Amino acid sequence: MNITLRVWRQKNADDKGKMVTYGLEDVSTDMSFLEMLDVLNEQLTLSGDEPIAFDHDCREGICGSCGVVINGLAHGPQVSTTCQLHMRSFEDGAVIDVEPWRAGAFPVVKDLVVDRGSFDRIIQAGGFISAPTGSAPEANNLPVPKKDADHAFESAACIGCGACVAACPNGSGMLFTAAKITHLGLLPQGQPERDSRVIGMVEQHDHEGFGGCTNIGECTAACPKGIPLDTISRLNRDLLGALAKGKA
Amino acid sequence: MAVSGLIMLGYLLVHMYGNLKFFQGREKFDGYLHETLPHMFYPYLPEGGALWIIRVLLILALVVHAYAASTLWRRNKAAAGYVGGKRYHTTQHKTGNQRSYSSFKMLWGGVILFLFIIGHVAQMMPNWLSPGGASDSKYDRVVNGFELWWVVLLYTIGLVAVGFHLAHGFWSALTTLGQNRSSTRRGSRWTLISIALATLITVGFISVPFAVLFFGAGS
Ligand code: HEM
Ligand code: SF4
Ligand code: FES
Repeated sequence: MNITLRVWRQKNADDKGKMVTYGLEDVSTDMSFLEMLDVLNEQLTLSGDEPIAFDHDCREGICGSCGVVINGLAHGPQVSTTCQLHMRSFEDGAVIDVEPWRAGAFPVVKDLVVDRGSFDRIIQAGGFISAPTGSAPEANNLPVPKKDADHAFESAACIGCGACVAACPNGSGMLFTAAKITHLGLLPQGQPERDSRVIGMVEQHDHEGFGGCTNIGECTAACPKGIPLDTISRLNRDLLGALAKGKA
Repeated sequence: MAVSGLIMLGYLLVHMYGNLKFFQGREKFDGYLHETLPHMFYPYLPEGGALWIIRVLLILALVVHAYAASTLWRRNKAAAGYVGGKRYHTTQHKTGNQRSYSSFKMLWGGVILFLFIIGHVAQMMPNWLSPGGASDSKYDRVVNGFELWWVVLLYTIGLVAVGFHLAHGFWSALTTLGQNRSSTRRGSRWTLISIALATLITVGFISVPFAVLFFGAGS
């Protein structure tokens, strides 16, 4: 298939950046989107141009680094990661727009690469448990109800990709934050720090410049891991509970 | 945002109940507005006392709501990472995966409502703004006003805006207060309940002006 790409090119954080158009011929429908970008980059390099910078690592949908906005949708037309998206999802002759995640808290580093360090700092503000280290304890010592275990596991599937922020019209990182709150808050190990966790993480989220959630639900609809929207209500319940106890 | 919005919604429901007394005729309607309401909790509160408490509460709710809205709007605008006046430069999928019309228009809908409320209170409260003719009977004033097509048009715009505002707003308030247990926006029963509630309010309120203009009620 033949396609036309319009890609956001930006030399560095200070550059203004713009959309640049490239034609690409004989693209195999079996290629992943990233492989297609690899082919384009080879051609750019051979013709002496600067290749397009984009993030990627595992290429199997688990590391969360390959986030780009394709045709206005985070990770493109399929709800998956960009590395798991294939060219068969597009029509021959398609014009495909590729842009970086847009968010105040995700500054563009170069081309399609953004700095997601703000997510790391939210985790540092409470997305962990303090447990004495040592050899792994006997798994069945701490019983966890099946329902809680399932919900916690579902939320633990968040790969920190940032699609939720890129898709949210408010640039809010609530789904990511709520996934961590739900994951740890449902397990016995997460209880001692439950109040300080939610307050710390929400404070850091706001401090990083993420927007306020207005419950539009675009995050869940874009999330490659299907993090459910009710995690946000769970976060709000924990937050209201912690504030009521005067833990702020 | 959530709490102040829910206070106003509570008022709207009571207000709509009162408005529907219009269909019982002038006597019942004016009796309710000129006698029953001012004597709420009388003699424990002075005449009109309860109404003034409600008014102060509503004004507070409105101010808090509008202040929170403008702060949130500025914060979210900065958070969305606009470049050159746009967020994404593509022209495809402008509405994302599933965003609803109501959720988009909260801010402008709210501004329309704000203007509507000011105009509306000036018309209904004393004899300040009285399109169609002033009167000491509130019933007559309602009829006089709604016999004019442009008054009804303005009310229709205002009331449709209320509907859209509440369709998203009620769901959003409940979610913020921790009450959504559904994994998706569309799957939540609150989504349906909000749309039903919004429709009820819009239709309930609009029935009076439409009855006057199109069916000659009250003349
Ligand atoms: C067709 C629709 C409506 C009609 C016929 C109507 C009628 C009235 C009347 C007759 C009053 C005066 C009550 C009194 O003097 O005690 C009033 C007051 C008021 N209405 Fe409406 N109304 C309508 C819709 C709305 C809507 C949609 C809102 C809010 C979004 C609203 C907000 C208010 C407020 C804030 C007051 C002043 C309350 C006070 O301070 O006593 N109204 N309305
Ligand atoms: S919640 Fe979903 S979209 Fe957001 S960072 Fe986690 S995996 Fe990505
Ligand atoms: S490269 Fe790891 S998720 Fe796509």
